[in-house]
Amino acid sequence: MSRTHVSCNINGEDVEFLTADASSLLDALRNELGLIGAKEGCGTGDCGSCSVLLDGRLVCSCLVMAPEAEGRDVVTIEGLAEGDHLHPLQKTFLEGAALQCGICTPGFLLAAKALLDANPNPTETEIRYGLAGNLCRCTGYDKIVKAVQEASVELRGA
Amino acid sequence: MTATENPTGYKWIGTRPVRHDGYEKVVGKARFAADLDLTGQLYTAYVRSPHAHARVLSIDTAAAEAMPGVKAIVTGADFPDLDPLDPNYDVSINVMARGTALYHGHAIAAVAALTKAEARAAAAAVAVSYDVLPAVLTIDEAMAEGAPLANEENYQKFAPPGDPTNISTHTPLERGDAAEALAGADIVIEREFDAAHVHQGYIEPHACVVDAGLDGKANVWCSSQGHFMIRAVTAGILGRETSRIKVTPAEIGGGFGGKTTVYLEPVALLLSEKSGRPVKSVMTREEVLRATGPAPGCKMRVKIGATKDGELVALDAWMAYSLGAFGDFAGMVGAMSVASYKFPNLKLEAWGVLTNTPKTAAYRAPSAPHAAFAIESVIDEIAIELDMDPIDLRLKNAAVEGDLTAMGMPHPRIGFVECLEALKASPHYQSPVPEGASRGVAAGFWFNIGEQSSATVNLNEDGTATVLTGSPDIGGSRASMALMTAEELGIDVYAITPVVADTEAVGFTDVTEGSRATFATGKAVVEACRELIGELKIRAATIHGVEPDQVEWIDGAAHVEGKDPLSLAQITEQAKRTGGPLTATASLNAAGAGPSFAVHCADVTVDEETGQVTIIRYTAVQDAGTAIHPSYVEGQMQGGSVQGIGWALNEEYIYNADGVMQNAGFLDYRIPVASDIPMIETIIVEVPNPSHPYGVRGVGETGIVPPMGTLGNAIRRATGVRMTSMPMSPPKVLARLSENN
Repeated sequence: MSRTHVSCNINGEDVEFLTADASSLLDALRNELGLIGAKEGCGTGDCGSCSVLLDGRLVCSCLVMAPEAEGRDVVTIEGLAEGDHLHPLQKTFLEGAALQCGICTPGFLLAAKALLDANPNPTETEIRYGLAGNLCRCTGYDKIVKAVQEASVELRGA
Repeated sequence: MTATENPTGYKWIGTRPVRHDGYEKVVGKARFAADLDLTGQLYTAYVRSPHAHARVLSIDTAAAEAMPGVKAIVTGADFPDLDPLDPNYDVSINVMARGTALYHGHAIAAVAALTKAEARAAAAAVAVSYDVLPAVLTIDEAMAEGAPLANEENYQKFAPPGDPTNISTHTPLERGDAAEALAGADIVIEREFDAAHVHQGYIEPHACVVDAGLDGKANVWCSSQGHFMIRAVTAGILGRETSRIKVTPAEIGGGFGGKTTVYLEPVALLLSEKSGRPVKSVMTREEVLRATGPAPGCKMRVKIGATKDGELVALDAWMAYSLGAFGDFAGMVGAMSVASYKFPNLKLEAWGVLTNTPKTAAYRAPSAPHAAFAIESVIDEIAIELDMDPIDLRLKNAAVEGDLTAMGMPHPRIGFVECLEALKASPHYQSPVPEGASRGVAAGFWFNIGEQSSATVNLNEDGTATVLTGSPDIGGSRASMALMTAEELGIDVYAITPVVADTEAVGFTDVTEGSRATFATGKAVVEACRELIGELKIRAATIHGVEPDQVEWIDGAAHVEGKDPLSLAQITEQAKRTGGPLTATASLNAAGAGPSFAVHCADVTVDEETGQVTIIRYTAVQDAGTAIHPSYVEGQMQGGSVQGIGWALNEEYIYNADGVMQNAGFLDYRIPVASDIPMIETIIVEVPNPSHPYGVRGVGETGIVPPMGTLGNAIRRATGVRMTSMPMSPPKVLARLSENN
């Protein structure tokens, strides 16, 4: 089976890896690089559990072929905290009980980061639509939406 | 354990600390079953039946075995034959077909290979020949005279005697004289209802890693609602000794009842034994939908009679549940779950019916949502007919302590009236119905269960505590265990490490189901803590040279008159010279699980051009007994509500005429997303359960019961149309609206 050499930047570090051509970025992250924070809930881009940021844009890593990461910046859940500081979204998710089983949480945190990067002061409706590509079956979304609202306040220093 | 009154002024109970397992989950470090890897592991792929019902004539694995990377293949022939009366018989047949495929997606063979791609290629090369049999897909087909059998081996464990049929259970319940009471009622309303199968929809597909040794021992890592259950059922299916299998629980990515059974583990264990290598087995989403437990579909007729002043005098109900190809208790439980109201006269007939569809599994208050949809809809019709407020009608008839359940046993102290009153006084119900919208109300309840739990509390040298339980944490129960421990011992909640321990590190514990973890396992934790406090007093007495009965344990320290208090840490650091390590274990079979009631209220608009129902405001009221961690109680209420909303408005298994599910993916089996729903306002009612030291009632399940009736009632009041078929999806609503015009 032929394997492709990929150089990219993951969570601020230059990384090289070999991957099967047919491998998804999700499989490469999990199996080649040991970054297990992105989850496979469906493998068809419908649940958002595998969400990562690719050049700052929110993508389902199960729908990106691993070789497509060549030369690009990838941010995974493992890169969301900065050093010893949790990202404000991680803090508000914890404090607001915005996770139950936690399998969807990495995807939601990255989707919420992508949303707040693009729109620092979203309305509740904008948050709900911004997170509509991510499925959560435990929380009913209520506390997730509130945690994003809280983080938005904190990030704006309001 | 003696019950205590629910005193005010708890230090920890009722607070909202950050959960102990939260950090790992927000940084991506938490390990779910598919996140575990063992050196040299193989990957699996399944051969699944392409027919809803077929005799398996032959399975030829020769070509597949010769393919690159293939290390082992198992089929039904590799499994021991169990006695049909063995409790694991059905599950055994469900994890791997023996001679007959009973639904589309039924496992026929499984392959283990070096890579996933190699396993899939080999699975595709397994040659199976089938003799296709007639498939029974609906309740009407299954119950028709002379219907073909969905499962010829339905050995009628619980069914009526006679020739084999598709009936698995038949439960008649009767009290008083319903026919006479209905004949004398001022008003009688009767409606027929039906509902499609729906899936629990946990985001984590089933997964396990199994490493079986040549010494006959096996290590299993998996996500489930009960690792002792995984151990027992795997051992039972394979005819092994229980103690030869060790199961270590991974984090579980949602269960809702669907992970109270076994699918992959026995198969992976055999593959590991055959290959001599660890085996990792992970389902695809499509496999989850095709081959794991949906909740039953149903068909129901409900007739309720009332006096003109709103007293419900009789219920006459016929309820049938489609269980898939194997029997279970859904019909019976459904019949028992109807009696939130006094109903002096009751005639219930409930049926469990076999169909060639996936084996159903528990889903949050299993079978109660169907029954509540039907009954709460008919009660709403009565309220409309009598022009009564729907809460007042329910208050007039609500069951209270001492009233009989459908089985004839009296309710213990319950909080149904308190829930109705709380909704009536709520900001939502007190507000005017928004223009263009309409409002629906409905109620629901679930029994809750106790069952067996064990807990070990180890006090550490530095005065901290480690709490080991065997209850997988599916919604914040570790935080609850830590809070109860903190309250008992009088130490900081963060000085406590709650652990879900493996099958060799803690005593037997039943599955996390029936809303039992915080109730029953919490009770075991409290018992262990109380034993430890007794021991701490003895140690303090030794240190001070007094009698233990001169020691009082107050706020985390031993107090003896005339001496400085000894903190827990001061005692544990002297443990070596006062008698050794401080540890206590408690095990129990908990009785007295308190039933939990809920009442929901929704304001909706209905788009008359598309049939789309939009919820603009939603409130859930539920009796939690005592909320140990209110945020996670709210989370259960909100999560249950939204699952119920999905069930009510959109989710359904769509089968074609051959019994093939047409929407086996999250794109087409669409669960609610954030933009589909509003905030779910919560009101926690606390009517303490006298059978728990802190008054806990389970809260996990009841929240899914009221949404179907709530939304059906709101749609009725918006449009004049009574929706009787779930899901109440746009095409169905539109069809009913056009009938009405």
